[in-house]
Order: sequence, then structure tokens, then C-alpha cells
Amino acid sequence: MDKSVNENTKSTLLKTGFFNRLETLLPKAVLFPTFAIAAIFIYGFIGWTTWISFTDSRLLPKYELAGFIQYITLFTKEPRWWVAVGNLFIFSILFISICIVIGLLLAIFLDQRIRGESFFRTIYLYPMALSFIVTGAAWRWILNPNLGLERLVQQLGFSEFTFRWLVDSHMAIYTIVIAAVWQSSGFVLALFLAGLRGIDPAIIKAAQVDGASLPRIYWRIIIPSLRPVFLSAVIILMHISIKSFDLVMVLTRGGPGYSTDMPATFMYAFSFNRGRLGFGAASAVIMFLAVMAIIIPYLYSELRGTRNER
Amino acid sequence: MRDKTAALAGTSDPATLIGRIIVYFVLIVAAVFFLIPFFVMIMTSIKSMNDIRTGYLISLPREITIEAWVKAWDSACTGINCEGMKNYFWNSVRMVIPSVIISTLIGAVNGYIFSKWRFKGSETFFSFLLLGCFIPFQVILLPMSQTLGLIGLGQSIYGLIFVHIVYGLPFTTLFFRNYYVTIPDEIIKAAKIDGAGFFRIFRKVILPVSLPIFVVAIIWQTTQIWNDFLFGVAFSGSDSQPITVALNNLVNTSTGVKEYNVDMAAAIIAGLPTLFVYIVAGKYFLRGLVAGAVKG
Repeated sequence: MDKSVNENTKSTLLKTGFFNRLETLLPKAVLFPTFAIAAIFIYGFIGWTTWISFTDSRLLPKYELAGFIQYITLFTKEPRWWVAVGNLFIFSILFISICIVIGLLLAIFLDQRIRGESFFRTIYLYPMALSFIVTGAAWRWILNPNLGLERLVQQLGFSEFTFRWLVDSHMAIYTIVIAAVWQSSGFVLALFLAGLRGIDPAIIKAAQVDGASLPRIYWRIIIPSLRPVFLSAVIILMHISIKSFDLVMVLTRGGPGYSTDMPATFMYAFSFNRGRLGFGAASAVIMFLAVMAIIIPYLYSELRGTRNER
Repeated sequence: MRDKTAALAGTSDPATLIGRIIVYFVLIVAAVFFLIPFFVMIMTSIKSMNDIRTGYLISLPREITIEAWVKAWDSACTGINCEGMKNYFWNSVRMVIPSVIISTLIGAVNGYIFSKWRFKGSETFFSFLLLGCFIPFQVILLPMSQTLGLIGLGQSIYGLIFVHIVYGLPFTTLFFRNYYVTIPDEIIKAAKIDGAGFFRIFRKVILPVSLPIFVVAIIWQTTQIWNDFLFGVAFSGSDSQPITVALNNLVNTSTGVKEYNVDMAAAIIAGLPTLFVYIVAGKYFLRGLVAGAVKG
């Protein structure tokens, strides 16, 4: 790129050559702060946290290595960690599948030449603009065991109705699923709708000429062709699941007890409230590895895919 | 596109009619499901506590009162402070504005270099920077809180601004880079031959066509930073908390009589700025969402 410029100007003043040299250095110089930031605050800090996770740090970080003790405690001696991991599995399986079912269904329905389509879309997507803290505050009130949904249904005549999931250690995790689905399914809808709009209508026409019914066309042709969208949606939702912190904090604070703990809240509680830095760092490293195990293969295939297209 | 939908829905036999009724019915039920929580929030926030205790969750208020709003803004207690949401609201404003401006500007220049001034290794560096979009922030919390303390930015709004700039950069860089890639290289080459340099090309050629991507990046950063809770709760002091942290403290306060109307008014106050952005610029909001999440 720069060579052509150099050749054009080679015969002119030497000064120009100097400026050209400067020009090729300039982008690197301008990019340098970002390079330093990424090197320190992303990679350096990941390394730093990993280091802490191999020490016996408690309230303050220590830097003498102590081997795998934190990881061993995490996986063999800390039941709370397994509760958090179990909750993450329950949460992500339900959250991902419900979001995809709702998102896909609404996307297919919205794609049927609907009057007021953009109006519906605006409504389905607005929760995405809200903070999880706001969403959580709203659902905390709606699911309130005394004055919320339970009492509403009782007032409607079902006096035996009880709905106390928020304070029930077996059910509280599902309240987080409800709020999270409410917040995120509109986004999945938007992904699917974009996918549906990209399908060649000729394929559908051909199938209709062959006498296939509409549900059959969707089931056999359209939905399978959305496979890349399914993949993106699952990856994004998994990513949201592993990072979910805000909603748990505001809805249940990980409680009752630690029954709704997730890895993110676990990490926070042990690092910042209980003064067990090494232990918290170990859980953070596990979270990081889990995200990387999902994201790197996905990114790799995405990047390769776009390169092949070109 | 219209062809496809016409082919699917154009006929008018009874089965199709029933199908369409079902479709509209489901869409409306879904819309109600999405709207009800917000409706409940608004209704609760303009009721008195007495009305809340005796009325229905979804009923209209018997008497509209803005008492809860006044209290939420001015005097509600979050922990030991009883000054309402107002200070935290302004904390968030003071945090969002500089971090959005700085991270967007640096991202624009970065994107310009990654797309138009590539050098050996720049692509590799770009992919390494992208990782910053995905890391769970738990993995940098402990070093960051140490570092902020070390450089004297601990427990302050400046510290939060710094953190949001640092971890916003991968996203803004990505947005601008992907947008600038679509500008033909020939234009840049021509400008170079005319003797324009790095910054001149950026100002005269690139910036004039950058408005849409600036809107996308600014909206994305604004909503992300306004809605952030993790950095806020980990790095702020009691007088530098952003509004999300204050709201969480408010609804989780267990001392005294719980005032749900105040909680809801405070939640709406915390949600209004991003909701406003969404309503006036929804198209750009969605574009950022898809670009930030899928491509990142």
C-alpha cells in the first residue's frame, strides 16, 4: 500500500521520503496506547489473576506460589461451588432453550406480513435496553411472595394458590430464568428475524408448487436453513449465562442461603466479601476457561467462514 | 422479500384465515407478556402504599400520587444514605459521558488504522484485542481493584471512567474497523497521492462518512456503561456509586417498612435514559447489539 506512494514520490524531495517514513510509523505510534492497554489490562490481568489463583492469598494478594490448592479446594471441598455450577447448568439450559423457542416462534409469526410489525418488534425488544438491575427490581416486585403474583391470583378467586418461588431454595433459580428470558428473548427474535429475511423466497415457492404445507415447509426447509443463526444465538446466550451476575444479585442475592449462587456471584462473594482472594481467583480462572472453550472455536469458524466467502 | 410473504400468506381460504387469527393472537399475547412488567412498575410507582396493600397488582391506582417518585429521587434510603437516587443518577451521567466520548474516539482512530493502515502484525493484534469483548470480567476484577488503588483511582468515578474506557475499546474498535473496511481503499490511495497524510485523510475522507457508525458506537457504549453493575459494585465508593448499584441497594434494603412504590419509581428512573435512547434510535441500538454480540 505504502510502496506505491513511495515510488511515486521517490524522485521528488528527500524530505518527502522522510515524511513518508514518518507516515508509516505514525499508525503504529497511534495504535500503541491501545496495544499497551490490551497487553496490560486484558492479557496481563488474566495472567495476574491466574497467578493469584495459584497462591494462598486471603485478604491481601500474596505472590508465593502454592500449587493447585485453591483448585483442589474448589473442586473437592467446597459444596457451594458445585451448587453454583449446577445452577449455571439449570439456568443456561432453560434460559437458552426458552429464549430460542420464544424467539424463533415470534420471528416466524412476525415474518407473515404482519400489520404493525415494527410496533410489535419495538415492544419485544425494549427489555434489552434496560439494565438487568432494573429488570430484576421489577420481577422481584411482581414475584413478591406476599403482595405480588400470588396475591393477585388469590384475589381472582383461587384462594389456595401459592407462588413463593423467590423465597423457596428449590425454586428460586427459576425466577432468575423467568426474568432473564423476559429480558433477552426479544434479542433472539431479532437474530432469527434477520435470518428469515435472508432466505431466498424462490426456495419456498418451489416447495409450495410441490404441494408442501406451510408448517412442513418451515419444519423441513426454513428452520434447518437457519442453523448458523441457532449457533450464534446459543453461543451468545451461553456467554450471557456464564457472566450472569446482576440479575442474581438483585433478585435473590444468591439466596435463600446460597441456593441460587452462580459462578459469577460465587467469585464475587469469596473475593470481595469473604476475603479469600486466591479462591475467588481460581473460580474466575475456571469461568474464563469455560468462556474461551465456547468462544474460540466459534470465532475460529466464523473468521474462516468469512474468509472463504471472500 | 414481499414475494415470499405473499406466497405464504396471500391466499384467502378459511384455513389461512384461522392461521392468521392464531398468528395475531400469539403476537398480541406475547406483547402483553413483554409489556406487563413495565405496566406494573408504572402503576405501582404512582400508588400509595395503602393502595398497594389493598388493591390488585395490575389494577389502576385509586388515586394517583407522585409521592413515591419524589421520595425515590430525593430521600429514599440506600443503606445508610437517605438522599434518594439523585446523586447516583448524576454519578452515572458523569461516568457515562467522558467514558463514551473517549472510548468512541479512540475506537474510531483504531478502526481506521486496522482497516486502512494495516501493517505487519496488525491483523493479529486486532484478533487479540477482540478477545477483550468476550472475557468474563471476573477474571480481571482483582488485579483491576489492586491497580486502581495503586494509581489513586480506587473508589472514585474517575476509576470507573478509566475501567469503562479500557474495556469498551475492544467493542468500539471492532465497530469502526468493520465499518471502515467497507470504504474502498482506492479513495484512500487517491488521497495519499494528493499528498494527504494520516490525520488529514481521517478528517477529510473518513470522518465525513462516519456518522452512522458513530451513532451505533455511542448508543452501544452509553447503554453498556449506564447499565453496568459489576464494575460499579466492585470499584465504586459509597459516594461514587452509579445508579444501578444504588438501585440494587435500595431494593435489597431490609430495614424499615418496604416501600415498593419507591422501589419501582427508582427502577424506572434508572431505566429511563437507556429506554429513551432505545425509543429514539432503536434501529441503531439493534445494529450495535447484533454487531457487538455476533461478530465480536
